[in-house]
Amino acid sequence: MKDEVTREERVDALGGMGCKRKRVEDARFTQGKGNYVDDLKLDGMLFGDFVRSPYAHARVKSVDSSAAMEVPGVLAVLTAADLEPLGLHWMPTLAGDKMMVLADGKVLYQGQEVAFVVATDRYAAADGIESVEVEYEELPVLVDPFEALQSDVVLREDLLGADGGTPDGAHGPRNHPNHIFTWEAGDKDATEQVIGAADVVAEEMVYYHRTHPCPLETCGCVASMDKVNGKLTLWGTFQAPHAIRTVVSLISGIEEHNIRVISPDIGGGFGNKVGAYPGYVCSVVASIVTGKPVKWIEDRMDNLMTTAFARDYWMQGKIAATKEGKITGLWCHTTADHGGFDACADPTKFPAGFMNICTGSYDIPTAYLAVDGVYTNKAPGGVAYRCSFRVTEAAYFIERMIEVLAIELGMDAAELRRINFIKAEQFPYQSALGWEYDSGDYHTAWGKAMAAVGYDDLRAEQAQRVADFKAGKTRKLLGIGLCHFTEIVGAGPVKNCDILGLGMFDSCEIRIHPTGSAIARLGTISQGQGHATTFAQILATEIGLPADSITIEEGDTDTAPYGLGTYGSRSTPVAGAATAMAGRKIRAKAQMIAAYLLEVHDGDVEFDVDRFVVKGAPERFKTMKEIAFASYNQAIPGLEPGLEAVSYYDPPNMTYPFGAYVCVMEIDVDTGEHEIRQFYALDDCGTRINPMIIEGQVHGGLTEALAIAMGQEIAYDEMGNVKTATLMDFFLPTAVETPHYTTDHTVTPSPHHPIGAKGVGESPNVGGVPAFSNAVHDAFRAFGLRQSHMPHDHWRIWKIANELGLHG
Amino acid sequence: MIPAAFEYHRPADLAGAIALLTEHGDDARVMAGGHSLIPMMKLRMAEVPHLIDLQDVTSLGGISVQGGQVRIGAMATQAELIDHAGLSNAAPILREAALQIADPQVRYMGTIGGNVANGDPGNDMPGLMQCLDASFELEGPGGARAVKARDFYEAAYMTEREDDEVLTAVSFAATSGGYAYEKQKRKIGDYATAAAAVLLTKEGGACASASVAMTNLSDVPVWSEAAGAALVGTAVDAAAIKASVAAMLGDIDPTEDNRGPVAFKRHVAGVILGRAIARAWSRA
Ligand SMILES: Cc1cc2nc3c(=O)[nH]c(=O)nc-3n(C[C@H](O)[C@H](O)[C@H](O)COP(=O)(O)OP(=O)(O)OC[C@H]3O[C@@H](n4cnc5c(N)ncnc54)[C@H](O)[C@@H]3O)c2cc1C
Repeated sequence: MKDEVTREERVDALGGMGCKRKRVEDARFTQGKGNYVDDLKLDGMLFGDFVRSPYAHARVKSVDSSAAMEVPGVLAVLTAADLEPLGLHWMPTLAGDKMMVLADGKVLYQGQEVAFVVATDRYAAADGIESVEVEYEELPVLVDPFEALQSDVVLREDLLGADGGTPDGAHGPRNHPNHIFTWEAGDKDATEQVIGAADVVAEEMVYYHRTHPCPLETCGCVASMDKVNGKLTLWGTFQAPHAIRTVVSLISGIEEHNIRVISPDIGGGFGNKVGAYPGYVCSVVASIVTGKPVKWIEDRMDNLMTTAFARDYWMQGKIAATKEGKITGLWCHTTADHGGFDACADPTKFPAGFMNICTGSYDIPTAYLAVDGVYTNKAPGGVAYRCSFRVTEAAYFIERMIEVLAIELGMDAAELRRINFIKAEQFPYQSALGWEYDSGDYHTAWGKAMAAVGYDDLRAEQAQRVADFKAGKTRKLLGIGLCHFTEIVGAGPVKNCDILGLGMFDSCEIRIHPTGSAIARLGTISQGQGHATTFAQILATEIGLPADSITIEEGDTDTAPYGLGTYGSRSTPVAGAATAMAGRKIRAKAQMIAAYLLEVHDGDVEFDVDRFVVKGAPERFKTMKEIAFASYNQAIPGLEPGLEAVSYYDPPNMTYPFGAYVCVMEIDVDTGEHEIRQFYALDDCGTRINPMIIEGQVHGGLTEALAIAMGQEIAYDEMGNVKTATLMDFFLPTAVETPHYTTDHTVTPSPHHPIGAKGVGESPNVGGVPAFSNAVHDAFRAFGLRQSHMPHDHWRIWKIANELGLHG
Repeated sequence: MIPAAFEYHRPADLAGAIALLTEHGDDARVMAGGHSLIPMMKLRMAEVPHLIDLQDVTSLGGISVQGGQVRIGAMATQAELIDHAGLSNAAPILREAALQIADPQVRYMGTIGGNVANGDPGNDMPGLMQCLDASFELEGPGGARAVKARDFYEAAYMTEREDDEVLTAVSFAATSGGYAYEKQKRKIGDYATAAAAVLLTKEGGACASASVAMTNLSDVPVWSEAAGAALVGTAVDAAAIKASVAAMLGDIDPTEDNRGPVAFKRHVAGVILGRAIARAWSRA
């Protein structure tokens, strides 16, 4: 007979928290068996696609679809005039603005949707688009937000008051027709006083350029209106399926129980798939009109040009310090280019997201932030591309300002960080801009990072390199890019976080089956994060059933509990907490069942890995599997049959993951090319659920950070034409451009999260961008560089060298 | 990204292809690997009512190296150029250049014929063919003829080839001496920011002959006769390289695009050529 299994073996058998469980999703993804929205084929399904504006700013004088209607296979051409009777020619945005579904008299950016062609297939739709004749009258184009705030050209005539004035917007007073809002945090007067009296002040404009999340799968949907039972089913690439259901109900008038929203497999989101787009509305309308399912799928250019860009923040900063380098104050004014409509996806009360995390990892006693949102002739969006709301912008800003201050002080940038970090004993820490950081130990992380990379040796090598360069022995410079970032993720507490009035809680519902396996459904939706793997691990540890016996299901609003979806690293902090809490409810009931079966009082049994044991008599136990069966076959006095639980979790605070990154970069001064010699990433995301998935997330996030810092951008010419609308010009790194990464960690659990986890999916992007960018800057520090804007592609690096006179 | 409707033809031989070209005139285009043509059709920048797929025209394939002469059939793919041992010996610069074109997937499809016939200043083979002083064989309803690569390119997408002619092969003399193909690009799969092809020979410590060509620095590939001449008779020292670069800069005419402004491109062209000359000389 087999020996008694040890406790350790029982723990291993669960595949619970902390183990490197293989991703259960990968079996289908690696075999091409994923099920994405464009895989969906329904009987009689039609295809819709857009006529888009070639101009960035123009009046639409007329739309003539008569020739298009002659194209074989074309069934309908919808224009704003067709949507107007339904009240659907405009729709609300997540930011309290409204946006056109189809051009209503004018267009505000290149690629804007003008008409929706519905045809039997996508080929006929494409031919139909070519045949729609639109008469435009070009208007002056504003692509520069600073110019927009001075210009007489009014972009949003629809927002003008009856008297021609500028009425308040969703976020208060507006001071110009092209101005959207002013948002402030901190103490302006105190900060200006500190800066006025400081020993040293470093001032710089830091631009974080416009880019795009560019998920491999573009946005799309299939809308199917069943006219017999009155039900609308909407499949789509939605990062927040429940919110989409509510929005569709509110704008269409269809009762919410008659709408079913399904997010199938999603091929990456990165914030691009949070918002509501004209394609969704037009597909729904087209399905209602035709009584047939209607599919809409963006192509790559549509995706890059129109749905949800990211960043585009001009951040003017001042940072004050004592001669010794102790920071005394931080001031920031941001000019935020939001494009033609304000369609940022932020919690309602935060029109600039959590930009007020921009004091970073530092104990800065006094700070002030103001953000002005501006309309321009660019696509709307401003989403959190692999970061919590505007947190990447904030981290980039402070990590650049620290470097500039180090230059001003003539100090080493690592040391400057070290002497300003918030100390471990200061947590929970109240920041000058209004946040309560939950936990952290920055000095330990920083020390570990500096030791791991051999920081002092690197600086010595760099000094030698500078000497060699000056002596004409080399044309390559060495940059050491530092970053210590603090994120704010896991939105968020319902008291201050909502989207369209929906509190940002999240949810989990668990059903245990009689034979001891389970299904758990969540309000979130994985887009590559591996929820089916990690949430099962959380549950395995909480309820003592093997992760392999637990199905995780997300994305179907008819079955999943209500939740706000997946973005802003909120799944683990919020839905992960709900999962643990629901698991604890299961365990509480299981305890009563176990006590009944073991004929002892509830308080006399305790949970042990996969069972309840009688205290002091471990040989007397009931496994969770036995308890599950008992819940279905025993009449237990005072207990309902079955074993189910649901939890809606309203987090008491955000979580604050942090990390210490170092990038060592070689730069060819003559060609502007770079080579990353070393990249060290230490992440502290609190309790680690699955180290392998964390590593994968870090690799992916760093690679997106590399892209953004070193070449990726959405660039416009002065006519508002998008210059980077294909993957030839929009940089998406492949294995060839991706360096080797060394990952490391410390563990500082979140004190308020049930399992202490903080979220990690976005940290590497938030921390990576400053690390790469600082490496470029650092390489040229010895030659006098202070600030040069991203992306650091070849010609821009070459330009730095050229302007510093390094080309002889 | 969906092309306009087109007729698809798949002739079995060259005569069939030429007959279709003659019949449909301007409305017809031949397709080799399709990796330049199909993207243009999808962007609706090229409308091709009659697409003539050359895949079944087997006479257009093949690579031969004989008596110091290299002849490559138009339908030979870039991957085939890379894998052909005889070709690597006869003209190693071709392999070095082909390996810097696009990525493996594209190289399995893209052909040398398509690359040189396309007339896109971004293509790498046209510049290389200038450097090699290659000839292009053309065949149309009026028969066959050969055109020198150095006479072939008129402007972007405009070449000596008549609409009803098929480019059947490229040929050139096997090379000797030093060679280098140097290319700067933003990422894998990108066209050149600047690229330089250099062939040179060495006799008694001095450069005996040199040929220099540049890619994506003008609306046509640039063979810089003066840049080569600046090297001949010298020991290819720093001064000679500088003179050659200066001569080359007189022959190129880059335009600004997403890869960078003109000043940057001119600077990089010089750096790239300098490196190519140095590497070619080290191999001579
Ligand atoms: C992502 C990507 C990156 C690339 N990067 C590079 C690069 O870095 N460098 C580079 O050089 N190329 C690059 N290319 C282009 C690639 O090498 C092409 O395949 C090649 O230029 C054209 O060859 P093809 O066989 O695909 O021609 P096709 O696309 O089939 O044809 C191109 C043109 O030539 C004509 N044509 C083709 N064959 C003949 C013939 N035998 N006679 C007459 N006319 C003919 C066609 O009618 C068409 O007008 C890239 C392509 C892609 C998609």
